[in-house]
Amino acid sequence: MMLKSKISVHSGSPQPFDQILQQAGQIIFGKSTEIRLAVACLLANGHLLIEDLPGMGKTTLAHALARLLGMEFSRIQFTSDLLPADITGVSIFERDRSEFRFLPGPIFAQLVLADEINRATPKTQSALLEAMEEGQVTVEGITRPLPRPFFVIATQNPAHQIGTFPLPESQLDRFLMRIALGYPDRTAERELLASGGRRSRADELHRLISPEALPAIQQEVAAIHAAAPLIDYVQALLDATRHNPAFQHGLSPRAGLALLSAARAWAWLDGREMVIPDDVQAVLPAVACHRLKAARTAGNAQIEDITQLIHSIAIP
Amino acid sequence: MSTSARQALDRQATPWLFASALVTTAPHILHQAYWLNALAGLLMLRAFHLWRNDERLPGRWVLALLVLVGCSGIFMEFRTLLGRDAGVAMLVVFMAMKLLELKSKRDAVVVVVLGYFLLLTHYLYSQSIPTGAWLLFALWLVTATLIRLHGGPACTSSVTLRYAAILCLQAIPFMLVLYLLFPRISGPLWGLPSDAHAGMTGLSDTMSPGSISRLAQSADIAFRSHFTEAVPPKHKLYWRGPVMEDFDGMVWRPHDSRSGVATLENLSPPIHYEMTLEPNNQRWILALDAPVQLPENVSLDATLMATQRQPITERRRFQLAASLDYRFNRNEDPRTLRRNLALPQGINPQSRALAQRWRSIENRPESIIGQAQALFATEFTYTLHPPLLGENSIDEFLFQTRRGFCEHYAGAFVFLMRAAGIPARVVSGYQGGELNPLDDYLVVRQSDAHAWAEVWLEGQGWVRVDPTASVSPTRVETGIVDALPFGEPLPAIVQWRASWLRTLRYRWEALNNAWNQHILGYDPQRQRELLSRLGLPETDWRSLATLLGIICTLLVAAMAAWTLHRPPPIDPALRLWQKALGQLARRQVDCAAWETPMAVAQRVREQCPELAETFQNVVDAYLQVRYGKSNDNLKPLREAIARLR
Repeated sequence: MMLKSKISVHSGSPQPFDQILQQAGQIIFGKSTEIRLAVACLLANGHLLIEDLPGMGKTTLAHALARLLGMEFSRIQFTSDLLPADITGVSIFERDRSEFRFLPGPIFAQLVLADEINRATPKTQSALLEAMEEGQVTVEGITRPLPRPFFVIATQNPAHQIGTFPLPESQLDRFLMRIALGYPDRTAERELLASGGRRSRADELHRLISPEALPAIQQEVAAIHAAAPLIDYVQALLDATRHNPAFQHGLSPRAGLALLSAARAWAWLDGREMVIPDDVQAVLPAVACHRLKAARTAGNAQIEDITQLIHSIAIP
Repeated sequence: MSTSARQALDRQATPWLFASALVTTAPHILHQAYWLNALAGLLMLRAFHLWRNDERLPGRWVLALLVLVGCSGIFMEFRTLLGRDAGVAMLVVFMAMKLLELKSKRDAVVVVVLGYFLLLTHYLYSQSIPTGAWLLFALWLVTATLIRLHGGPACTSSVTLRYAAILCLQAIPFMLVLYLLFPRISGPLWGLPSDAHAGMTGLSDTMSPGSISRLAQSADIAFRSHFTEAVPPKHKLYWRGPVMEDFDGMVWRPHDSRSGVATLENLSPPIHYEMTLEPNNQRWILALDAPVQLPENVSLDATLMATQRQPITERRRFQLAASLDYRFNRNEDPRTLRRNLALPQGINPQSRALAQRWRSIENRPESIIGQAQALFATEFTYTLHPPLLGENSIDEFLFQTRRGFCEHYAGAFVFLMRAAGIPARVVSGYQGGELNPLDDYLVVRQSDAHAWAEVWLEGQGWVRVDPTASVSPTRVETGIVDALPFGEPLPAIVQWRASWLRTLRYRWEALNNAWNQHILGYDPQRQRELLSRLGLPETDWRSLATLLGIICTLLVAAMAAWTLHRPPPIDPALRLWQKALGQLARRQVDCAAWETPMAVAQRVREQCPELAETFQNVVDAYLQVRYGKSNDNLKPLREAIARLR
C-alpha cells in the first residue's frame, strides 16, 4: 500500500537505503515489507527478532544486510549446550607473557546473528539479551563496551517445536520488532528456484554505506517530527490494547516508545520529515505482536488481533 | 512593590500605552479649556518623540516642575482643584505626564489603571450612545494594553486584541447583572459635584428682546412627548413655561408671590401623554396647556405653571394629561388683574397713545385685540435677527424696526393690551414639535422655544392670544423652519429638508430615544417593577446586594465550570479534512474512521481515478499541516479542497 506522495523530503536523502532495500529484495524475493521493517528496526536503534521455520531465509537476510551496510558480521548458532562464555568471550592464561588475555566472543561484532536463540538455555539467552540491552559485556569483573553500531538479529523457531526454550515476555520486550518471513508466494518462489542459491549471491553484495555513518542517520531518524495529533493516535492505540478483552495485558510505556521510534524510522525511509498515521499502522504488528498475549490462545497476539485493534481507533 | 513590578518596561509595549492614554483622554478635548488640551497634547507628543528616538526621559525635578505648572494652571482656571471639571482636567494632565515617566512596568500599570478611571469620568459629561460606543472601544484597547504588558513580546497584536475582546465579552453577563440589580439611587449619579449641571441650555425665567431668539438657535432637545392617542394638531401644542407678569420697560419677569389658585373648567376630554424632560436645571415642567392631571410632587401655581420642588438635573419622565379647550380663572383675583394692567411710567408713549386711540374708537376688548393682530399682520417681519432696541423698546419696535422674534411680538402685544386697559401677560414655553414617525415620539427642541400672550376677558377668563400667529401663521401651523426665510441662523440639523437626511435624523433620534427610555431610564421605580415581576416585591438594597452577590457567584462558577469542562476545540485542519471527506461521501467514496489519509487517497485512486491527483494534493496539504512541523498555514489545504469541487 505504498504511495508516492509529494510531501516534503528531508535533507539527508535516504538514497543509499533505497538501494539497500532494492538489493536485499533481490536476494529475498517478495519480502520487501519485511526487509523494510528490518532496516527500519536497525535505523531505530533496536534489535530484531525473526520468528520462522528453518529455511525461510532468515540467515540470508541477516547476511545480506551485514554486507550491504558494511557491518562487521558474526554469527552465533544457539544450541542447548551453548554457555554464556561462548558468547561473551573468555580470558585465557598466556604462558610466555604470564598474564591472562581476553579472547572476545562472537558478540563483539557490529551485526550479530543469533540463530535459533530459543534452542539455548535461559541462562545463555539472558547473557545475550543483557549484552543487547546494556551495549557492553562484563567478564570477570571487567566491563567491555560492544562495538558501535550494534545490531542483533535473532531468529527463533516457532515455540511449539521440540527442544526449544521459549523466550520469557520480559526478554521479548528487548526486541524492538519481531517479524516473520513466511513462505514466498508463487512468483517469488519460482524466481528463487530459477536463480540458484541465494546464499552465494548474498556474498557477492557490496557495502553501500559505511557503518560509521549509521549513528548520524540514527540521530536524524530520532529527530523526525511527531506532531501532537500523532502522539494522540499512538496513545489511543496503547490505551486500546490495555482495555481490549482480546489481550491478556496491554502494551507497556516502553512499547509505546518503541512504536514511536519504529514509526519514525519508517517515515524516514519514506523520505518524510514527519510521522503520519500510516507509519504507525505499518510498524504496529511488528512492534506489538510479540509484546501482547492473546486472551483466547494464551499465545502471542496474531496479526488479525492487531488489524482489529487498528480498525477500532479513529485517526485523530 | 513586587520584583515583577520593578521590571524594566518592554520597549515595544510603549505604543500600546500611548494609544490607551489617547483614547481615554480624547473625548475630554470637546469640553476642556484650549490651553489644557494643548498642554496634554504637547506632553504626549514629547513623550512619543522621546520614545521614538530612544532618548532619556526627563528627570524627577523636571517632572515636579511640570506638576506644579499644571496644577497651578488648573487652579487659576477653575479656582479649585476639586469638583468635576478641575478633577478631570488634573487626571488628563497627569495621564499625559505619566507618559514622560514610563520607566518600569509599574509606571505602565499606573497608566492602565488611570486609563480605566478616566473611562469612568466621561459618563459625568455624557451618557449618549456615541460615548458608550467610544468607551467600549477604549475599554477594549486598555484591556489589550494590560494583557500586552503581562504577556510580553511574544503576544502579537492580533492575539492580544482577540484575547482582550474575549475578556470584554465575558464581562457582559456581569455587566447585565450589575445593571439590573445594583441598588439604584434616585437622584443625581453618585452625588455629582456641584458644578456638574452648569451650562445646561433651556428656557430662562426672564424674557427680554433676544432671549428666546438666542435659544431658538440651538438644536438641543428640550423634551419628548408620547401621546397615548392621536397627536393633537400643531397649532394646539402650547407647552407652558414661566408666566411673566412684571415688566420694567426692558425685561419681563414672573411675579414673586405664588399666592392664589388656578380654577380650570375643562371643555374637552383630557389627552394623556408621557413626557421625558431633558435636564434644564429649572423647576418647571413644560406641561401642555392646560394641565389637568399631574404626577406626585408636581404642583400648579395660580398662573397654571406646573413646577416641582427640586430643579430637574437629570432626565425625568412624567405621566401627564391636558385639556386643550378650557376656561381658566374666570373669577380672577382683582389684585392679579391690577398687576396685569401695570406699566412702567414714562416710556413707550407712542404705543400708549395707539392703544388709547383703539380704546376710544371701540371699547370691546375683542375688537382691540383684533386691531393689534391686524397691525402685526401688516408690515412686520418674523426674524431671528432683530435690530437692537433702545430705552423705548416697544415704540421702536412697533413704529421703526418692525422686525422681531416671538418675544418682541408677545411683549409689544401685552404692552398694548395693558395700555388699552385689558389685563394681559406674557407666557413663555415651547410651541409645536416634530413628530418622529419611527417611534411616534414628539420631539420638542430649544428651537421650538416660544412666547405668547394671555389676556383676561370678562366671562372667559384668561385667553391665549399668539401675536406671532398674526405675523407668521406658518410658525404656529407647521413650525419654525418653514416660518423663517432661508439664511436665518437656525441649526442645520433642524433645517435638513432632503428626505433621506431627515429619515436618517429620525432614525438616530428614535434610537437615542429608545436608549434614553430603556437604558438610561432604568430608575429605582423600574427596578422595583422588574423585581416584583420576578417575584421579589418590596426589596431593599440589602436584599438586592445579597441577590447580586449570589448571581455573580453563580456566574463565576458557571464560567469556571465551562472553562474546565468545555470540549477541546476542533483543529481547523481536521475540520477542513472532514469537509473533504464529506465531498468524497457525496461521490459514494465512503471511508472508515480508522483509515489514514493515505489509505483514503488509495481508495480514491481505485474508485474515482479522475479525482486521484486532486485528492492526493489535498492529502499532502492536510498531512503537512496536521502532522508537519510548526506549520499552521491552512491556505494550501483550503485551495486544494476548493479544487475538489
